[in-house]
Order: sequence, then C-alpha cells, then structure tokens
Amino acid sequence: MTGLWDLLLQVGFLAALIRIATPLIFATIGELLTERAGVLNLGVEGIMLLSAMTGFSAAYFSGDLWIGIAAAATTGAAMGLLMGLLTVTLGLSQHVSGLGVTMLCSGLAFYFYRLIFGEPSQPPSVTPFKAAPIPFLSDIPLLGPVLFNQYALSYIAFAAVLAAALALKHTPWGLSLRTVGENPRAADAAGVNVAALRYQALMLSGALMGIGGAYLSLAQYNAFTFGVISGRGWVAIALVVFGQWQPWRSALGALLFALIDALQLRLQASGWIHLPYQVFLMLPFVLTILAMALVSRNARAPAALLVPFRKEER
Amino acid sequence: MIHLRLERRGTTPAWLNLVLPVFAILAALALCSGLVALAGADVVDAYAQLFLTPFSTGFDLEQTAIKAAPLVLTGLAVAIAFRARFWNIGGEGQLYAGAMGAAFFGTQTWLPVGLLWPAMILAGALAGAAWALLPAVLRTRFKVDDVVATLLLNFILLYGVSALLNGPWKNPQSAYPTSPEILPDAQFPVLPGTEQLHLGVAIALVAVAVVWFILNRTTFGFTVKAVGENARAAAYAGISTVRTILATALLSGALAGLAGAGEVGGVHYQVMADLSPGYGYTGIVIAMLARLNPLGVLPAAIFYAAVITGAEGMSRATGVPVFLADVIQGVSLLCMLTALLFTQYRLRVAQPHHAPS
Repeated sequence: MTGLWDLLLQVGFLAALIRIATPLIFATIGELLTERAGVLNLGVEGIMLLSAMTGFSAAYFSGDLWIGIAAAATTGAAMGLLMGLLTVTLGLSQHVSGLGVTMLCSGLAFYFYRLIFGEPSQPPSVTPFKAAPIPFLSDIPLLGPVLFNQYALSYIAFAAVLAAALALKHTPWGLSLRTVGENPRAADAAGVNVAALRYQALMLSGALMGIGGAYLSLAQYNAFTFGVISGRGWVAIALVVFGQWQPWRSALGALLFALIDALQLRLQASGWIHLPYQVFLMLPFVLTILAMALVSRNARAPAALLVPFRKEER
Repeated sequence: MIHLRLERRGTTPAWLNLVLPVFAILAALALCSGLVALAGADVVDAYAQLFLTPFSTGFDLEQTAIKAAPLVLTGLAVAIAFRARFWNIGGEGQLYAGAMGAAFFGTQTWLPVGLLWPAMILAGALAGAAWALLPAVLRTRFKVDDVVATLLLNFILLYGVSALLNGPWKNPQSAYPTSPEILPDAQFPVLPGTEQLHLGVAIALVAVAVVWFILNRTTFGFTVKAVGENARAAAYAGISTVRTILATALLSGALAGLAGAGEVGGVHYQVMADLSPGYGYTGIVIAMLARLNPLGVLPAAIFYAAVITGAEGMSRATGVPVFLADVIQGVSLLCMLTALLFTQYRLRVAQPHHAPS
C-alpha cells in the first residue's frame, strides 16, 4: 500500500491528472451550459472528433497551434448552430438530433482526414503544445509544478469552469439561461428570447467541446487518429449528471475520472498486475457507470431539459 | 403575395410513411454530392458506382443480402426499444455479446453436432439480452440515463472483447487477436437454392415477421406502445413501466445478439475486434427511417447494406473516401428527423384575405 501512496503523491502523477482532465473539463462545461439552457447535446462525442481533426489540420498547414485551436472552436460552434437549428428552431427530438450530429461529425472527420492526408504509412504530426509555466507560482514546491506548470489550455479550462460558475450564478445572462432551462414560458413572459439564449448556449458549448477535442490532437497527442476521443464525449455527459449540473462539481468529477485513468496507466506500466491492458482501459468506464448509479437517483435535471419551446403553442 | 404557413395535422396519412424516407434519402444524397465533388469525382459516376456495384451480379446481390441481415436485426432492436422510449444505443455492444456467446458454443466439441448451431443462436440471443438488461436495470432501479449507460457499456464490452482476444481467448493458431474458429459443423448452413446466403439471413427475415406480430398483434406490443407514448397514462392504466422496459430491453438485446451470432456462424466463423463496422449504430438510422415499423426496417436495412458495400467499390473506382457511407448515414438520419415534421404539420398556402397576420 505504501507503494500506492508514494505514487499518488508524486508530482508527475498529480500533474498528469490535470493534463488528462483538461479535455473532459472543456467538454463537460460545454455540455453543462446547454443542459442548463434545456438542450441535451448528444453530439459532443462527434463534435470533439471533428474539431480534433479540423484543429489538427489547421495547425498542420498554418504551422500555428493557436490557429488550430481557433479552427476547432469555430467547428464546434458551427455544429452547435446545427444542433440549434434542429432542436430549437425545428423543435426536433434532442436525443435523435444529437445522435445524428455525432454520426455526421464522425463521418465528416474521417472523410476529410482521408481527403486531406490520404492514407500515409506514417500519420502526419505536429510539434504539440509545450507546458507554459507561470512565473514565480511554478516555483512553489509541490503545488507549483503540479498546478502552475501546465499547458496554457489547462489554465483556460479551469478559467472556463470559474467563468461558467460565476456567469450562471451572478450575471443577468446566467439567470436568463437558467430560467430558460427551468421554465422557458416564464422566461419568455419576462421578455427573454428563449431561442436566442439556447442558440448562444449551444454555440458557446460547441466551441468549448471543440477546444477539448483539439487539445487531444494538439497537446495530449501530436496527431489525429480515428480513436482520439474514444468515448470522452459520452463520459462528459455522465460527468454533468455526476456533478449535479454544477460547474465545480462537474470539474471535480472530471478530475476523479482523470485520477482513475492516470491510475490505470500507472498500473499498466508498473507491471504489478498481469492483465491485458484493455482491462485497465475499461476501468474508468466501469467506474463512471457505478458513479452514475450512485448519484442519478438524487439528480435533478433542469426541468425543461428535452422539452422544445414553441412560443405560439400553449 | 403567397403566404406559406405550417398547420398542425390531426392524423398522418399513410402514404407519408413511404414518401418521407425516400425524400430523406434523396435529400441526404443531394447534400452529400457536395462532398463527392470536393473529392474531385464526378457525382453521377460516384453515385452510380455506389448503387450499382451492390446489385450488379448475383454474387453482389447475395453479398448485399448478407450485409443486410445484421442490419435488419440491429434495426429491429432499435425500433422496438425506441417504441418504449428505452434509448438503447448499445446495439453494437449487444451484437458483440451475442457474437461471443455464439462463438463460445460453436467451439464446444461435447455438443452433439446437430445441436451446435441451435446452441449458438440461443446463446447469441441470450448474451445480447443479458447485456441489454444491465442498462435497463440501471435505468429502472437507479435512474441512470439509458443513452449514456448503453454507450458506455459498448466501450466496456469492446475493451473486454479485445482483452479476451489478446489474452485467454486468443486463437493460438493465429497471429492476429481472434477467437478460435468455430467447428466446421457449427458453421451456419447455406440456404437451399442460393450460393452463399446463410441461415442468419433467414433468421433476420423471420425476425421481421415476429417483431411485427409482437408489436401489432399482442398485448405486450400494445403495452410497449402505451409506455412509449405516455408512461404516466400507461401507469394509471395499470401497466408496469418497469416490467415493460425490462422486457423490451431483453427483446431488443436478443435481436442485436442474434446479429452477432449470424456474423460468427455465417460469415467470419470467429470473433475479432472489427467484426462489426458499426452495425449497432447503423441500426438507429435504419429504425428511424422505418419510423420504428418492423416492416420498414427491411428495405431500410437493404439500402444501408448497399451503401456500405457500394462505398468500397465506389472508393476503388473514383477515389472518393469510403467514409462517404458514414456521412450519408448521419445526414439521412437528420433529414429523416426533419422530414418527420410533416407528420405533425402540413404546409398550407394561406389566402391573404383569410390569413390572420
């Protein structure tokens, strides 16, 4: 057991948690925002995949990683717009729309990757993001290298959690967004444009999901592969429920998932347990379902989630 | 000035059930033609390749039918689950569960030869049903969202299959991670009068009839519909939603499991990690295009089987990436969903002097 504690307190291990949690935090905060506005976005897995591809391609050809991030955010926002068209303007089933968007995005990601890069024996790669230590803060023992020697995108992810928490709780926009998700009729009566707010939430969250996807192809890895997202989008949806639709709790859920993921990576590498590595890969998903089983009974989703709003119908 | 407006419909005319899917597919093909042009191919040529190769020779026709069989079964699995509003997106995992069950019994030498493939079919259905029961219990007992649960279970099962194929269940005679081949006697018989159509194709056809009968002619079918349309009203009428969802999940999973059993018994004779190119997910598109009607699942499955088979030929001939098939699936699902608006609304040309502004 001492071996395990030593491992858990290693600087490298703790720093890895934040690196692994970063794309999940982006996707989770994105999903949380649309759900608080009353729209379940099941497109998250596909949006992340397509953005990972567009982000990688843009960075590859421009030579600038941040142009890649911008391209990914734009892709995500565009797909949020599509979700809005389907679920807000047309009022279609949010479940099926989201699944359709995921299928469409995955297909487009594979299609355009093959079109742009062909079938090379060696997948094209970029020089990925490097850690951006924050001066002075990163010199603090233990805390510094863990918290303040990360990718710039990781700081942005945590800033997004803070911004989402503050915006939801303390701004008029956040209040309107929450009302739209709980009682759109009342929001409409109070002069809030329900459709506009849902579109804003979907596009903003699409951009966040897109950045999460591009983080994987531009920071965590240095290339786009077909399995680059491998279920992280679906996990994000679970994390929103786990976090009871609260930004900090959901981010904590992402860190817990990262802990299990990092742990399984270390266990694989340590060779203490001789099992095929796929068993370790399975572990975070099993625990996510167990966590869902524990919290879902008491979870209270936004009241208007899944309900389309048509102004003219009473 | 002509005003167009949407008006709510009372009932849906029957001809729409035929027109809407065709319209959705044509719209999807029109939208995707832009992608074909981007790939530098002639649109007409590429689409001709896509839709002619699957039907050009007797051999191709049978190949398309063989591809359609698992799609019919996963399509039925989704149709029955969605009718009860049990969001079973786990067809892919249930298919692999069925494939493993079937492959296990297909290698058992102690079984009498005549019982080999019946045991495989039964094991496939049971394994699929068991894997679908898990998310149904999670939903009914623990209120876990079924979309997320079924999807995460797909990942869990696929990693599990991969672990088994790389570890204890690896075929020692193969360099690749595959399960041991099933016994020659366990291979599904070829249907009389055909070159390659195996028993799994017949199972798929029988399943269409059986599921249609269950949904339209039995009390259980009525219950499923009642729970799907209005769970609260169904509960007032004394219908147990929990029992209905559990039973629906079992049936849905069994159908997807049969798809896996058919792939093992009739096509691959073993389990490998790429046994299914996403048949479970395509089942969702098929069920939606069929408007959750079992009889509609059959033509929809044949269409997507043709797209999947034809995409290979099209890619070889024109250089358009084979993933066009995936894009067509996604776009046609969204087009169909949009087209469904016309079952609730109709487009009316409003007379200006009657129209309230």
